[in-house]
Amino acid sequence: MSNEYVLEMDNIVKSFAANRVLDGVTIKIRPGEVRALMGENGAGKSTLMKILGGIYDADEGKITIDGKSVEIRSVDDARKYGISFIHQEISNVPSMNVAENFFLGHEPKTKLGTVDYRKMHRETRSALDVLGIKISTDRLIHGLSIAQQQMLEIARAINENAKILIMDEPTASLTNHEVDELFAQIKALKEKKVAIIYISHRMEETFRVCDTVTVLRDGQFIGTKETAKTNETELISMMVGRQFESMYGNTVVAGKETVMEVCGLTSELVKDVSFELKRGEILGFSGLVGAGRTEMVRALFGIDKILSGTVTIEGKQVKIKVPWDAIRAGIALVPEDRKGQGLFLNHSISTNLTFQVLNQFIRHLRINGKKERAVIQEYKDKLSIRMASVNQKAGELSGGNQQKIVISKWLAAHPKVLILDEPTRGIDVGAKAEIYDLMRNLTKEGVSIIMISSELPEILNNSSRIAVMSEGRLVKILDPAKDEISQEIIMSYAVEGGNIIHA
Amino acid sequence: MPNTTKTSTDSYGGIVYVPLAWFKRNLGAMIALVLMCILLSVTTDSFLVSTNILSTLRNVCVNCLIAFGITCVLICGGIDLSVGSVAAAAGVTAVQLANRGLPVVLCVAVALALGVAVGLVNGLVVANTDLPPFIITLSTQITVRGVSYILTGGQPSQCVNENFNMLGSGSLLGLPIPVLIVVGAMVILFFVMNRTCFGRHVYAVGGNRESARYAGVNVKWVQVRVFMISGLMAALAGVVLAARLYSGQPNVGEGFERDAIAASVLGGTSMGGGVGTLGGTVIGVLIIGVLNNGMNLLRIDTYWQYVVKGVVILGAVYMDYLKRVRASKK
Repeated sequence: MSNEYVLEMDNIVKSFAANRVLDGVTIKIRPGEVRALMGENGAGKSTLMKILGGIYDADEGKITIDGKSVEIRSVDDARKYGISFIHQEISNVPSMNVAENFFLGHEPKTKLGTVDYRKMHRETRSALDVLGIKISTDRLIHGLSIAQQQMLEIARAINENAKILIMDEPTASLTNHEVDELFAQIKALKEKKVAIIYISHRMEETFRVCDTVTVLRDGQFIGTKETAKTNETELISMMVGRQFESMYGNTVVAGKETVMEVCGLTSELVKDVSFELKRGEILGFSGLVGAGRTEMVRALFGIDKILSGTVTIEGKQVKIKVPWDAIRAGIALVPEDRKGQGLFLNHSISTNLTFQVLNQFIRHLRINGKKERAVIQEYKDKLSIRMASVNQKAGELSGGNQQKIVISKWLAAHPKVLILDEPTRGIDVGAKAEIYDLMRNLTKEGVSIIMISSELPEILNNSSRIAVMSEGRLVKILDPAKDEISQEIIMSYAVEGGNIIHA
Repeated sequence: MPNTTKTSTDSYGGIVYVPLAWFKRNLGAMIALVLMCILLSVTTDSFLVSTNILSTLRNVCVNCLIAFGITCVLICGGIDLSVGSVAAAAGVTAVQLANRGLPVVLCVAVALALGVAVGLVNGLVVANTDLPPFIITLSTQITVRGVSYILTGGQPSQCVNENFNMLGSGSLLGLPIPVLIVVGAMVILFFVMNRTCFGRHVYAVGGNRESARYAGVNVKWVQVRVFMISGLMAALAGVVLAARLYSGQPNVGEGFERDAIAASVLGGTSMGGGVGTLGGTVIGVLIIGVLNNGMNLLRIDTYWQYVVKGVVILGAVYMDYLKRVRASKK
């Protein structure tokens, strides 16, 4: 007997302390359907999926799989019912090989009770072959790209007869080519009647790969649409609850005065990068993943060693050996990896917010509580950070709010140069717009911004000028006053930049 | 605290400004401690007697001083196994100098400097390599133990300097001097950990070393200083112990790190770093101290005392774990 729906989640309610995160959400999915799950930060997407994946327990509501009501109390339960969760951060053991990871936890045994390595490799091989994945089972996870690891996860899920696959921002760290491969794989899975729940903030992907889309807002179910019968504007207005006008505002014009001058900056991964940063401009850094943009700012911020080159700020040459040197010179870096490099997840919001300005209110073994609260309040309001209380742990917030906290902590230190590395990665449209507004307001206050972004529209709509990097070099700075600028032009420098130099 | 406020944070899993949050967090441990005291008061005539209480307090001082240092290191995301050996070496050094008639202050200063020096070595190696602190401080533990034996030829040396001995056995205003030393150390360390940027940096490095680095914290220097604090506290404990025993003994302090780590963890310090308080550690130290005292009063066989202690520690940590799991599942 077959049911119309492979999965029904009915009236799911979930609260954290006094905070109701899911308020009666219902979704139904057919076999072979690709369902996008969209919504702003904190809309409840992740929570809903964590309930399905057995990581959280729902307070109320019913889950039905293949027509049978089930209780999912653990990740094991979820797996038993054919639910597989492909996490954003993939957790493999780096020092073990593909086959060992594939069978981690349920290794095949020989008659003697030892691990049957031959069987393990054979079965891993055939599982990978089913999906046409050409990775040797002897390879260590250590040397694989995130895309490859993702493919392994999918293969493992299929091998365990998963009927429902949850993908949380699967394309967040993939190159365009890898995204194409992933989508081809998703199409193949569809044919195998696997239902896929696809969480992503990227509209384009939703329309490319999903059949239907469910929108959540503030823990409420807003609606489910067929992608063929809806459009971007409608979805965005469903997500934010208001008619959406323009995501991007007007671009900021570069000022005249030079704030920072970088000359011949060279590190192990960056070659001879030179540019000037004007007061109150947003200099966008574009390029393919791995072009050396993050590495360039790492050197500039004293994380990676500068081998040669000079950095001059407001006419004074500064020696940057450790991050503190850069901070003292007025540089702030909001890093790419929010959780790993930007935040203290286990510590409270207020701790995170005030971290860069401790010396403003800690003096002579006294803490000026009034001043500390003032700092916290100022940025809480300025960036409209949504939280239960300032004592909440930073790790409990959604991505967009976490990003606002990282930005706030630096703003409190009043930097001259603010470097934002992928400032809107994994952030919903509403929070994106807020961050763009914030950037523009900062430039009005005279802050100069370096923004690294892999999304071309973001670069085009926000940058005063655009620097394109390729293979560790800065190949071109595009200035709207002099150059024609389009996505195609930027891409051509990003792709062929290396060749132009060598030619 | 005069500038205690409600809105200020429960930062660092703790406690820093909000006594209420600290109180809540350590409630379980405090109840356990009070229950133990009530139980012992009822079952024995000898527990609730001022001499017994004062001597119990005197007994826990050594562990308390060491546990303070260990707590700081654990908060910073490290571990220090060398404390027992450092205590022995410091005690031996102080006694030998005191016996040569040097002023007590100088003897103590040299002993403390020795502890700081060992901490410096630990810290420098931890900060500049990716070797686990466990292995590094295990090595210094063994090395420093050897140094104590070399200094003494393996023999305990009796301390004939009465002034020095006062540090362990004397009283001031009715309170044992070691207790006053602990209170002094507690106050100073409390301010260092909660009222200085360095203190917050310690929590930050333990909480997320990468984020601390990206925030411009001099991670290495923080680590070095924390290990120096641990060495200093261990040496101070060694001096107090030697003064109590009227002798410098090269073999004391075996397993001190055990009790100190147990006390820290009982008091809510996380082995994973970033979380912990000195106040919690005091409670942990008292639990272990009262447990030892109680078992002696109840005439429980020494060998069985180990079994009981181990089970109690595991039980307490397990209760805490259950509490945390329940909190995070909510």
